[in-house]
Amino acid sequence: MVSTSTISKEYVYGLLAEVVDPEVPVLSIIDLGIVREVFISDDKTEIVITPTYSGCPAMQRIEWDIKTALLEKGITNASVKTILSPAWTTDWMTKEGKEKLKAYGIAPPNPTASVCSTDLFAAAEAVQCPHCSSYHTIRVSEFGSTACKSLFKCSDCQEPFDYFKCH
Amino acid sequence: MATEISIGNLTQPINESTDQLILYTLHLADNALILGQRNAEWTGHGPVLEQDIAISNIALDLIGQARMLYQYAATLINQATNQLINHSTNPAHTEDTLAFFRTGAEYKNCLLVELPRGDWGVTVLRQFFFSTYQYFLYHELKNSADETLAAIAEKSFKEVTYHMRWSAEWVIRLGDGTEESHDRMQKALDQLWAYTGELLTPGDFETEPDGKIVVDLRSIKVAWTNKIQEVLSTATLQIPENKWQQSGGKQGRHTEHLGYILSEMQYLQRTYPNAQW
Ligand SMILES: [Zn+2]
Repeated sequence: MVSTSTISKEYVYGLLAEVVDPEVPVLSIIDLGIVREVFISDDKTEIVITPTYSGCPAMQRIEWDIKTALLEKGITNASVKTILSPAWTTDWMTKEGKEKLKAYGIAPPNPTASVCSTDLFAAAEAVQCPHCSSYHTIRVSEFGSTACKSLFKCSDCQEPFDYFKCH
Repeated sequence: MATEISIGNLTQPINESTDQLILYTLHLADNALILGQRNAEWTGHGPVLEQDIAISNIALDLIGQARMLYQYAATLINQATNQLINHSTNPAHTEDTLAFFRTGAEYKNCLLVELPRGDWGVTVLRQFFFSTYQYFLYHELKNSADETLAAIAEKSFKEVTYHMRWSAEWVIRLGDGTEESHDRMQKALDQLWAYTGELLTPGDFETEPDGKIVVDLRSIKVAWTNKIQEVLSTATLQIPENKWQQSGGKQGRHTEHLGYILSEMQYLQRTYPNAQW
């Protein structure tokens, strides 16, 4: 076992950067912006995370993966605490995360300014095709294969793609 | 007077304000769970793939909200009963015991959410009534003096905004659509209307003298009614003239339909208690 007093926050953040979102494995939990705090004291290491969506089935798995990642480095006193407020937003996704998503073929989220509009039949946001970079795209469905995505199609290259929707 | 909370084989009087908070939290959770369960019936059976995915996503969001609320209710119940019960012989409550081991009469959901899914028209119209209620409810609950309820409301609000927008668009698309889709939406409205009043009629646990924790339903009723009227009118649908409204869910008096949902949902845990994935 590693003595907790000898490990730094940076070291723990480094380990957390290796823990990935099981549903979008190209993103680490740091990229996603769900790690809110790391507290280290003499007898415990506490990781504070916040869920993306209320019903996200990946959260339990992420909690196990965090504990496993730390345990592999001998940190046996880690605990994971989930907080709900302030609520997660895609604005917390890192710039690197957005670049990784695009390279993976998923359009990264736009800034959230327009998300909570209740306007009906509003034009979909201008979303850039991750394949050919065209903005000439149409929304097929507001809901996609996981809670965090919606379905788009590119009118130029004709490819369908997922959009990591603003939240 | 403290009412008795009976959960599973546990019946304990708890003090009045804690009692009210527990019942209120359970009521919010039951609404979300039962509608989530109903909507999940469409998974694999939706009219087109994209909408099958949409209604399944909404179901998942609702069940996620229910989980957070049940976890909180379980914490409250365990704290309140800690001095009264020996937890080594009476295991503590969890989100699962609350979902799987309460009987129909202990469920406090509104009747609207337990009605059969019907056709797609009934499903989207019911969702629209309910999501509009949740939208205004969570908007207020975000300011609750109870920090956990406020955080759950804040977390859920954005999801519910999507649900309301999606369902309102379907109500308009079908209501103002073909002759058949219009007729079926009107039929759905005639069938569901009498179940909408209960959403905004306070139950015992929703009246609070100082109004700091619980949302005062009177404060959101106007906003709800305006939104509903606006969308139904755009959808060329007529609100029934019959003013009679059903009630009873908040008191645990349910339609016959709830028993069928619970028997399906609770079957595994009741047959094999504590079975794990
Ligand atoms: Zn393209």
